[in-house]
Amino acid sequence: MSTAHGQAGADGPEQGTKQKHTAGAYDVRTVIAGLIGLYGIVLTIMGLFFTNADDRAKTGDWNANLWSGIVMIIVAVVFALWLVLRPIVVDPVALEKEKGEGTSDGSDLHH
Amino acid sequence: MVLAADDTLRLDANAVDYALVVAYFAVVLLIGFAARRRVSDSLDFFLSGRSLPAWVTGLAFISANLGAVEIIGMSANGAQFGMATFHYFWIGAVPAMLFLGVVMMPFYYGSKVRSVPEFMRRRFGTGAHLVNALSFAVAQLLIAGINLYLLATVVNALLGWPLWLGLVIAAAIVLSYITLGGLSAAIYNEVLQFFVIVAALLPLTLIGLHRVGGIGGLVDRVEASVGGDEQLRSWPGTGLSAIENPVLSVIGIVFGLGFVLSFGYWTTNFVEVQRAMATKSMSAARSTPIIGSFPKMFIPFIVIVPGMIAAVLIPSISEAKAAGGTVDYNNSILLLMEAVLPNGLLGVAIAGLLAAFMAGMAANISAFNTVFSYDLWQQYVKKDRPDAYYLMVGRLATVGATVIAIFTAIIASGYSNLMDYLQTLFGFFNAPLFATFILGMFWKRMTATAGWTGLISGTLAAVLVAFLSEDSFGTASLGVLPISGQGASFVAAGAAFVVDILVSVAVTMVTAPKPVSELVGLVYSETPKEQRTDPEAHLLPWYQSPTKLAGISLVLVIILNVIFR
Repeated sequence: MSTAHGQAGADGPEQGTKQKHTAGAYDVRTVIAGLIGLYGIVLTIMGLFFTNADDRAKTGDWNANLWSGIVMIIVAVVFALWLVLRPIVVDPVALEKEKGEGTSDGSDLHH
Repeated sequence: MVLAADDTLRLDANAVDYALVVAYFAVVLLIGFAARRRVSDSLDFFLSGRSLPAWVTGLAFISANLGAVEIIGMSANGAQFGMATFHYFWIGAVPAMLFLGVVMMPFYYGSKVRSVPEFMRRRFGTGAHLVNALSFAVAQLLIAGINLYLLATVVNALLGWPLWLGLVIAAAIVLSYITLGGLSAAIYNEVLQFFVIVAALLPLTLIGLHRVGGIGGLVDRVEASVGGDEQLRSWPGTGLSAIENPVLSVIGIVFGLGFVLSFGYWTTNFVEVQRAMATKSMSAARSTPIIGSFPKMFIPFIVIVPGMIAAVLIPSISEAKAAGGTVDYNNSILLLMEAVLPNGLLGVAIAGLLAAFMAGMAANISAFNTVFSYDLWQQYVKKDRPDAYYLMVGRLATVGATVIAIFTAIIASGYSNLMDYLQTLFGFFNAPLFATFILGMFWKRMTATAGWTGLISGTLAAVLVAFLSEDSFGTASLGVLPISGQGASFVAAGAAFVVDILVSVAVTMVTAPKPVSELVGLVYSETPKEQRTDPEAHLLPWYQSPTKLAGISLVLVIILNVIFR
């Protein structure tokens, strides 16, 4: 997908002291895995230990929290694996070049 | 009679639910702070967009639109009209997104035209620009009102506060959300939001289906309900369009909803287009709406189907629907959540809804802010001030817009199905804009005067149709034309489009065109081919080739149309 894949260490001396590194915690997949994983764990615990007759009546006798929780945990694990297997590599030099080309929330349209 | 939902709807959230909601907003705020302080060049790398893979921008692209309109509006539509609502996705949005990716995006990306008002200014000069900027600003305020109203409805359902207090509190929350810097990380948040919304709506749909006895049970119960088996077919959609003649109904849906409203919305909405512009190559930009079209075509199953379930499962809706008269469908999905979600999942659902409405309103307000401070204030009121001055104008505009949105929310609260209202607004604003835009792009002779006169006459035509209809303006409508509801807005949009084209052509004939040399990058025939093609396109594998992906998406959406006809 990204051109940044698999290029680590391929450049010449102009790279200076800055090293390429992965986007790590700021990769959007980290945040997705974290939040969905947290939700999954909470729901699984709710489903295992805190389900009551009222909930059962609502869901038509399914343990909805438990199953949704397990699926969310699986989704989170898949995102985490994807993150580990195909990290996005940040190239500080390319980044420097792109300074000023800007984010796109619309506020930079007219400069 | 109006459904008494506002008195009875009370989501029974407990501490766990609140904790899940708080967790979501904590993450969003952290992203906002990190974006603001630029704590890491990794984040910079993400936000500068140049490395964003197409799946991220594709999801952000549909997530930017997966707000109040989709969730509340489409489920309300599902409850009221049943499967005909699928047209909004399979006749409307998906073909329009493919058109954007295949035809329009090369032009946008290549010509560096980054917003619709900017295109209007360069193509037609200040007349069309002023009209467009003003109508865009007004539309954003009205749509922000819809989001705010829905946000207040959720607050009301959670805490039982009266609507006005909910409106003020919700407005204050959105204002702090914008000020805290969540917006520069918009794409980032939108992708996250997409997953939370799916995590909320998918279980809701499945549990709802289970409660009504599976798909077979839903079919049986809808057949036995007031709408009958007409609600299980999408064509000819006479319920949705409220046009009794089936042939005219199909024409209204295909031309009004499909061509004018949807193409107009998806191709001229710069909040959406910007998502695609944030990619690294023209092929990736073209792929963004095309990749987005794949999840988009399956979203109706988790927004429309819950509405249909709510209409047969929730006694207060089904009884009101059976009794006839005016029914408030806007709470359908909230009532379903109340009825089938246990604590825990309920929290996820509330987080997803609040996130969607808040992001939707924040996008409206910030789009308003941009257009107000740069397109209106800088261009027409005070020129040549330092940047800081316009930033301050922008901040004041944000506060002003939020306050005005409280009042436009009150207008929105008067509609029993918000889609009626929203589509009416789109007919006024998007339909003429699309006509002028597409004509100006492909016809180099079209003149500057034709630009603004076409826009104004198109909008006036739509307003006139709304006045002559039975209910577009509520009791103020005269009822001369036998059209109502969303059908009236399809007709109004069609009229706006046709009148805009006719007036533009007529005015062009008697006024002088711009010199051809000024039209490079603005008119298709005057833009060199190199500017609108990607030299490396043929090197891409098929799964990254925009046109091939668009072909697959088109085939899939046709299959869906055939299965659920």
